[in-house]
Amino acid sequence: MKYVQEYRARDLAQKLAAAIAREADTGRDYHFMEFCGGHTHAIFRYGVQDLMPENVRFVHGPGCPVCVLPVRRLDDAVEIAERHNVILCSYGDMMRVPGTKQRSLIRAKADGADIRMVYSTMDALKIARDNPDRQVVFFAIGFETTTPPTAVAIRKAQADGLDNFSVFCNHVLTPAAIQHILESPEVRDLGTVKIDGFLGPSHVSSVIGSEPYEFFAEEFRKPVVIAGFEPLDVMQSVLMLIRQVNEGRNEVENEYTRVVTREGNLKAQELVSDVFELRQDFEWRGLGMVPYSALQIREAYAAFDAEKRFAVSEKASREVKSCECPAILRGVKKPTDCKLFGTVCTPDNPMGSCMVSSEGACAAYWTYGRFRADAPAKAKKEVAA
Amino acid sequence: MNAHDTALSQRAGNVDMTHGGGGRAMADLIRDLFARHLSNPILDRGHDAAMLGAQAGRIVVSTDGHVISPLFFPGGDIGSLAVHGTLNDVAMAGARPIGLTVGFILEEGFPLADLERIVMSMADAARKAGVPVVTGDTKVVEKGKGDGVFITTTGIGVAPDDVDIDGSKAKPGQAILLSGTIGDHGVAILSKRENLEFETEICSDSAALHTMVAAMVEAVPAIAVLRDPTRGGLAATLNEIARESRVGMMLDEAEIPLKPDVSAACELLGLDPLYVANEGKLICICEDADADRLLEIMRAHPHGGDAARIGTVTEDSNTLVQMRTGFGGTRVVDWLAGEQLPRIC
Amino acid sequence: MCLAIPAKVIELADGDMATVALEGVKKRISVALLEDVTPGDYVLVHVGYALHKVSPEEADRTLKLMSEAGVLAEELEEITGGAA
Repeated sequence: MKYVQEYRARDLAQKLAAAIAREADTGRDYHFMEFCGGHTHAIFRYGVQDLMPENVRFVHGPGCPVCVLPVRRLDDAVEIAERHNVILCSYGDMMRVPGTKQRSLIRAKADGADIRMVYSTMDALKIARDNPDRQVVFFAIGFETTTPPTAVAIRKAQADGLDNFSVFCNHVLTPAAIQHILESPEVRDLGTVKIDGFLGPSHVSSVIGSEPYEFFAEEFRKPVVIAGFEPLDVMQSVLMLIRQVNEGRNEVENEYTRVVTREGNLKAQELVSDVFELRQDFEWRGLGMVPYSALQIREAYAAFDAEKRFAVSEKASREVKSCECPAILRGVKKPTDCKLFGTVCTPDNPMGSCMVSSEGACAAYWTYGRFRADAPAKAKKEVAA
Repeated sequence: MNAHDTALSQRAGNVDMTHGGGGRAMADLIRDLFARHLSNPILDRGHDAAMLGAQAGRIVVSTDGHVISPLFFPGGDIGSLAVHGTLNDVAMAGARPIGLTVGFILEEGFPLADLERIVMSMADAARKAGVPVVTGDTKVVEKGKGDGVFITTTGIGVAPDDVDIDGSKAKPGQAILLSGTIGDHGVAILSKRENLEFETEICSDSAALHTMVAAMVEAVPAIAVLRDPTRGGLAATLNEIARESRVGMMLDEAEIPLKPDVSAACELLGLDPLYVANEGKLICICEDADADRLLEIMRAHPHGGDAARIGTVTEDSNTLVQMRTGFGGTRVVDWLAGEQLPRIC
Repeated sequence: MCLAIPAKVIELADGDMATVALEGVKKRISVALLEDVTPGDYVLVHVGYALHKVSPEEADRTLKLMSEAGVLAEELEEITGGAA
């Protein structure tokens, strides 16, 4: 696989590990937040932490679209499927996320709702075409990467007069979430969460470009390195962050130049702004209400807005008590700080979204590293051998 | 119109409730479709119970229900799969299979032509394996109460007295061998699933492994564990063995055979090949000193060309399966939680 | 977040569609989000859509940077090791 395999090469990993060990100042700690779940996944799947010196730590951020979706929105999706008897199309990632009273899409499906897993918005359009007598709703989730494909689908539905298709829009914006974290008291005043720099989103940035991060570097005086999702990209970006910290620089640097430019994908941006506009407020799981952090469908495309087409009731949605997902998503707590982790809450019986998504910090901790904390020395030794 | 013509017209039609009713339609179906293709001296007696000759050694029995969508896939279909799957389950006890029984549950409306195709494929698989289908049963359920066809097969085999192969016998220091590439079956199936379609030349690895096992057991009767990594893939099966034997494992990612196309399909869909199903592979755990000899035997078999030593059994009270990644780190290879779903993030 | 993988465009089709190949695996995707796609280009594929082209020059440059970072460090190690 060209442009994939090269960035997983063991010999380069050893070289970069040596460089990081050499350049990291042993007199201090480095805390880098990886905003994206894609980075979290790479770090655990390839064992990147093993190749880092003790004083370089990753703080897992909220960049998993499944994890940040508030329970209320998931409950609404289930209600749209059940009460309005529509075909609800969802990406596979959402299927097992528990809503209020542990009800997930998979459970609603077992109870008779017509919920179908799709790989692409094009599949949802096809289902709408194949079922002209049914209403088909696409449950849209995701950041700037996943938004343009939804915009294309809505425009296509309009062009083709596909009036039984609509979108339940839950698209959210990355820069708004990063700003919210940087402005939170834990980071700014209390110092509970120490962040010395950011590994910036890779695929989100391929769409929005690197420019939107320049404000953070300047305003909050934090270095940002846009980092690819392959393990060598993560390591190279860590090295670049360490150099910025050591030299007292706070800049936006781009490690993922093979896909990310300063301006991003202008055509995709235009399509998105044609179909969507900013929402005044949107709730994020873990972050609460974040102003101007999400998108809604513009009036011109209102006919394809599931929120306008299907009424949902006011409901008392709630998460499982003592589930620490919100704090974990903000980086304030580690999965192992949660009382439920590994006891009541496991991937087989998830209580919160962080345990469901393969990018969720809890699932990653459980799957790849839950015994790491007990025996870090042993793990290190095996790597050395 | 003679009786043969009637049967032909049935085959051009669909299964209906009379095919399970015990009347003439059912008798015709059995005679013209099942008995005709699966014919052998024991089945031809037409008894509900088959009688097999007494055998030296211990009797091994295994049963397996087969449900799969799509019914026909690159490299096989539900018929061949139902034969291979059960023969392999019998073989994993170190036994030589001597007979199969089969139960069909047919859904009203299922095309008889498709049923014949499945039965012929089953007959072909059984003939190639040298194991007869000795008795069977058919039931028909109303439309909407089945998914075309479900097949349950039971395998009977005989294990030599000196063989003691069991999932609880793995010991620290022993070698973990794998007979070939992982994930072929699962990827072949996914490539035909609605909404996921992609083109690939990958075929299911569905195959009977009992002749490979017979050669292995003959050379090394002291094999500790044999198991076929089917649902849940290599990861699930190794975790099962680790738990039953109360040991850990350390795998070497670079040694696990994986076809580039399987790897690519998994990257596209966000799947981990360690968790993708196989239907013609076996895991063997043996003494370190026997590993090379067994690998040689596996590689000499038509279904074991890519056999490799993929890891070592370790002492670990947490019964963790771990892996040295190709990248140079280590990771835990955990059980799979639920079904592995294609993902976007 | 945002699983995406670089694949090679092998054929363009009507309606902003294209066939891409990743090893021997071929998949129909949409190229509606890109301008000027031609067969032979590598594109980043996400949920059945090409998000961006992959720049071969930049890909090489990044790999070179990675190996240089390591080399420098190793040389440094040799120098300081020798001096100590």
